[in-house]
Amino acid sequence: MVLTLAALPLLCGGSASGEERFPPPDFTYHKMPETPVPPPPSPLWEYADTAALLAALALATYLALGRRSRNGLLILAAVSLLWFGFRREGCVCSIGAIQDVAEAVFNAHRAVPGTVIVFFTLPIVFALFFGRVFCAAVCPLGAIQELAAIRPQRIPLWLEHTLGIVPWVYLGVAVLYAAGGTAYVICEYDPFVAFFRRSGAASMLIFGACLLVIGIFIGRPYCRFLCPYGAILGLASKLARWHVRIPPTNCIRCRLCEEACPYGAIVSPPAPLAPAERRKARRRLALFLAAVPVWIALGAVVGRMTHATLARMDYQVRLAGWLAAEKDIDPNDKLALDAVRAFRNTGQSPAEVFSAAAARLETFRTGATLLGAWIGLVVGLKLTQLCTRTPRDDYHPDPRRCVACGRCFWYCPEEQVRRGWIQSVEAVLPQGTPVPLNTVARRDSPGEKT
Amino acid sequence: MASPGKGVSRREILRDGLQMAALVGAGGLGGYLLGNHGQGDDMLWQIDPYKCIACGNCGTHCVLQDSAVKCVNDFSMCGYCDLCTGYFPPEPAALNTAAENQLCPTGAIVRRAVEEPYYEYTIDEDLCIACGKCVVGCAAFGNASLYLQVRHDRCVNCHQCSIAIACPSQAFVRVPGSQPYLLKQRIRPK
Ligand code: SF4
Ligand code: SF4
Ligand code: SF4
Ligand code: SF4
Repeated sequence: MVLTLAALPLLCGGSASGEERFPPPDFTYHKMPETPVPPPPSPLWEYADTAALLAALALATYLALGRRSRNGLLILAAVSLLWFGFRREGCVCSIGAIQDVAEAVFNAHRAVPGTVIVFFTLPIVFALFFGRVFCAAVCPLGAIQELAAIRPQRIPLWLEHTLGIVPWVYLGVAVLYAAGGTAYVICEYDPFVAFFRRSGAASMLIFGACLLVIGIFIGRPYCRFLCPYGAILGLASKLARWHVRIPPTNCIRCRLCEEACPYGAIVSPPAPLAPAERRKARRRLALFLAAVPVWIALGAVVGRMTHATLARMDYQVRLAGWLAAEKDIDPNDKLALDAVRAFRNTGQSPAEVFSAAAARLETFRTGATLLGAWIGLVVGLKLTQLCTRTPRDDYHPDPRRCVACGRCFWYCPEEQVRRGWIQSVEAVLPQGTPVPLNTVARRDSPGEKT
Repeated sequence: MASPGKGVSRREILRDGLQMAALVGAGGLGGYLLGNHGQGDDMLWQIDPYKCIACGNCGTHCVLQDSAVKCVNDFSMCGYCDLCTGYFPPEPAALNTAAENQLCPTGAIVRRAVEEPYYEYTIDEDLCIACGKCVVGCAAFGNASLYLQVRHDRCVNCHQCSIAIACPSQAFVRVPGSQPYLLKQRIRPK
């Protein structure tokens, strides 16, 4: 069951540096010391992390759905940031765990710590019931951005939708590279882990700092426009039975919360369509749905054409390239020169590398085709989704984009009544609100629980 | 979608069904991974000393300012030579511990006379910067008992080790936490 020793056979491989030129002496009185091997931190930390994740998720769910407390969520976010971010230094994280899962699915020999599997699965399970409570106050990347979002502005919805495709593309790319064991791009380009460790590559520190500065005005840029795990969670939240609601009770359509969400998650009830328009909309929907396979095919073709470019990241492919044109290696290219030197050290023949690289290229041809098809699917479905309308008559957060941050709660007069800040909702309603106040708005779903 | 009421409840049923399917899917994936790939302890990064060419990247590419990779002297393999080619530069002026006679740029190797005529070389890990100079020197003319290892009291176990990305020899491998080092360990003839 456990395939942990995959690394050990490597030790038996050929080596140019294993000679014993001077046999170690047999000392008479001197005691030969042991080679020091300081142990890693106790695996108990692993279990502590798992327990902390479960506790934080449960608490976030309670704070978002039960207590409806934005302050509570903020405090929990700060604690999560301190624990999962600064104390545990950003690893393990659910976003990066995508890659382990992808690699394990495609590679039978990849052992994955149980913690990583739990970190991948648990927030998704929570999202399936309660929405993105993980993003609300557990994820350290989300927390650092949530705390940075001091003056968040809304951005146009079309931009929100367009950039919203990026996480899905990123997910595809990350899975492609992880599945083949080429690279873990999510970790390589994690913008905040350098902060959590208080050290790291300058480029990543700058990237992270830029995101934080942007994040003051455009809230959670990484979450919304990059994070592949957020995309998965958003989709799962779409199915959530108990998602956060803006009003504690029923929506009276006062529109006070309309502008409340800096993440563009609040959806207004769509105006009813005339029958003719509805027919037109339905025809458009059918057309876009029919176009999805075309997008997929187009993506697959384009993807296939880019496979050589994508494969350039792969070690075997690069090594083969260097070996094939050894004379052309730039003398300043230390990596290439060292790689060739390391290759000589293994005693392998170049032919072996070339055939391995050819095999990798073949794999990438398939992978790139699939990636292209995936991107086509994402684009096609996004366009389809843009012309669907969900008939509802309340203001509600779109579960895909809502990170359950709790900002909108206070805008709702019903909430203000619940908290005892005002006596009745009339007090805060703008003049001329076209809502019959004393009629309880019809619930969108008879069976829905709050 | 004849009447909104019906449409909504139909959507509800669809949603609940999908939710169940997704739950089973997520649970199934998690369970499958736990059963077939899972293990209790963590995976850690380690250097396969037979692949490493001591290029020096270990010293410069770790996310930690003071790299978590350090040189170790594998005492079971060391020849305890007086003229240690890991300790001394190619043509040392004298075989003593004067700074100018040391190959190590930080003076991290401690040379100590033990039994005549042998010398024991110990690494001061606080000083070692994992430049790999001694490793190359020892491999060239000695027993290759000096080599680099990730020190797990220092390593923060990045999910993707930064040095592994920069390693030209693909020497970084993930090892189970129960076997955190890849020591060469001479099998001593009896
Ligand atoms: S969207 Fe991603 S980065 Fe943001 S909080 Fe969610 S999981 Fe974390
Ligand atoms: S980067 Fe790789 S080859 Fe270079 S010293 Fe480190 S382990 Fe050895
Ligand atoms: S895992 Fe991180 S801390 Fe450890 S050696 Fe690699 S880069 Fe350094
Ligand atoms: S020569 Fe470099 S690797 Fe060897 S002990 Fe000195 S600092 Fe460490």
